[in-house]
Amino acid sequence: MSEQEIDLKKRRFLTGATSVVGAVGVGFVLVPFLSSWMPSARAKAAGAPVDVDITKLENGQLVRVLWRKKPIWIFKRDKTVLDNLPTLNNELTDPDNTEDQQPAYANNAYRSINPEIAVIIGICTHLGCSPTYRPEVGAADLGGDAWKGGFYCPCHGSKFDLSGRVYKGVPAPTNLVIPPYHFVTDSLIRLGIDPKAS
Amino acid sequence: MDNNKNWIDQRFPLTKVWNEHLAEYYTPRNFNFWYFFGSLAILVLVIQILTGVFLTMHYKPDAALAFASVEYIMRDVDWGWLIRYIHSTGASAFFIVIYLHMYRGLLYGSYKAPRELIWVLGMVLYIALMAEAFMGYVLPWGQMSYWGAKVIINLFGSFPIVGELILEFILGDYAVGDPVLNRFFSLHVIAIPLILVILVFLHIVALHAVGSNNPDGVEIKQNKDENGIPKDGIPFHPYYSVKDIMGVVVFLMIFSSIVFFAPALNGYFLEAPNYIEANPLKTPDHIAPLWYLTPFYSVLRAIPPMFGSQLPGVLAMFAALLILIALPWLDRSKVKSIRYRSWPYKVALGIFVVSFIILGWLGMQAVTPLYSLMAQIFTGLYFAFFILMPWFTSIGKTKPVPERTTEH
Repeated sequence: MSEQEIDLKKRRFLTGATSVVGAVGVGFVLVPFLSSWMPSARAKAAGAPVDVDITKLENGQLVRVLWRKKPIWIFKRDKTVLDNLPTLNNELTDPDNTEDQQPAYANNAYRSINPEIAVIIGICTHLGCSPTYRPEVGAADLGGDAWKGGFYCPCHGSKFDLSGRVYKGVPAPTNLVIPPYHFVTDSLIRLGIDPKAS
Repeated sequence: MDNNKNWIDQRFPLTKVWNEHLAEYYTPRNFNFWYFFGSLAILVLVIQILTGVFLTMHYKPDAALAFASVEYIMRDVDWGWLIRYIHSTGASAFFIVIYLHMYRGLLYGSYKAPRELIWVLGMVLYIALMAEAFMGYVLPWGQMSYWGAKVIINLFGSFPIVGELILEFILGDYAVGDPVLNRFFSLHVIAIPLILVILVFLHIVALHAVGSNNPDGVEIKQNKDENGIPKDGIPFHPYYSVKDIMGVVVFLMIFSSIVFFAPALNGYFLEAPNYIEANPLKTPDHIAPLWYLTPFYSVLRAIPPMFGSQLPGVLAMFAALLILIALPWLDRSKVKSIRYRSWPYKVALGIFVVSFIILGWLGMQAVTPLYSLMAQIFTGLYFAFFILMPWFTSIGKTKPVPERTTEH
């Protein structure tokens, strides 16, 4: 066959078609390799809902439980604490929960289903440290009389009130996250599942 | 585009390497089926490294955790079963490809001058690959892993005086246990793969320096046109790159069929006892290495103990492996390709291939008096191929080798 008879158009089409089929094949092969990095069945099982019995929870007491390897705070707030929360509004970045940091059923003044029981993911929205629980009113190192109790992050000094709302002028940009949860009974909380789904 | 290429070429010999090794690397035009296996071996190496990297992300090199972590990969990790089956099938596929690649070398005399170093590098690669496969087989910490490791490591204990010391050195303990699993993991995942990649690089550098042999055993560089291009040569790319892609497609079809439909291949690629966790108290009823090591295992078993020592068998096994390296110097024939060889070589090669396969089959069987005798006979024939080679390659009438490659 002489040079003139080579059909370059056909050759380019065949090269292109082969390359496309090959690329699609590579794409399919990539799927198993990339999905093997996703949480495995074991990780998913370990991320299953967690039940917490709060029968013995006292006023002001905070328990930490692990859900999906994250610290979850569950603590009981008395009437004084609940009354104090609205008075802080002027000092907070987002007092009315406009940012989507909580499920709809916890989007209220106390950021909870049952106002007395707070359930919050204990991870600072700045860089992921777990803030310390500082419930004592008027703590000198946290602003004296203005401090009505809350959380203080030891990493970069972010402050949150007792419903997990962030103070103004601290590094953390948003309120703490409220996890999905519901009350199975009055004294049993199931972390990880919304109320309607159960 | 051209500007970018110039920018790179002034700093890195991109175009030069591309031309020297692909676009202007002239390869004999008469390659046949047997010439698929070199590029396929590289493909399998890439598959093994890729799947190995992903398995290592989930595997735990700890005698207490290893077995469960492999089951975890099989059951809990998304697609983990597929990645592991590709890796385990890849191990056997590697040896199938390599054995066919080596057989090609025997058929067409590819080890003969000036390609002795390519052969030697290839043999070192083959031995490194065996070590890699053996250590990989230990990692799942099943019954065959454990007892296979025990038997193979004990081979080194048969050396007089220092045997015991060598054993403790390899084991890091007084029996097969956590230390040896941990160090085999390191060797399997880092050291030997690095060696394999470097050796493959050297193998190809040596090949491209002298150029490929071909089924006629003709040196194409001896017939060049006015531009200095071999008259019987065609550029590797696109001619053989495209041919090799076709080989890859067919290979992957067979490979995927095994991975998806018969990953254990009836016990040949994955042995059933290895689905039982390692138990130092009980040896499996029947124990044999995987198929690709069995010819040498047969040689080991064929030689009876002498002077109260099993050392002769161990030495024979290593000799069976190492004697392959001497092949280029044992072959005295002036002719490379089987097409023009004398009949004694053809007969000897036939006997050798049959002996190797039968030794491999015997290595998978339980020992009986008949099988022992057969193993001894075929071990003798195996070694005879090498020992008698200087003689049978210098007798008989060879056919005249053509000046140029032939058409079929």
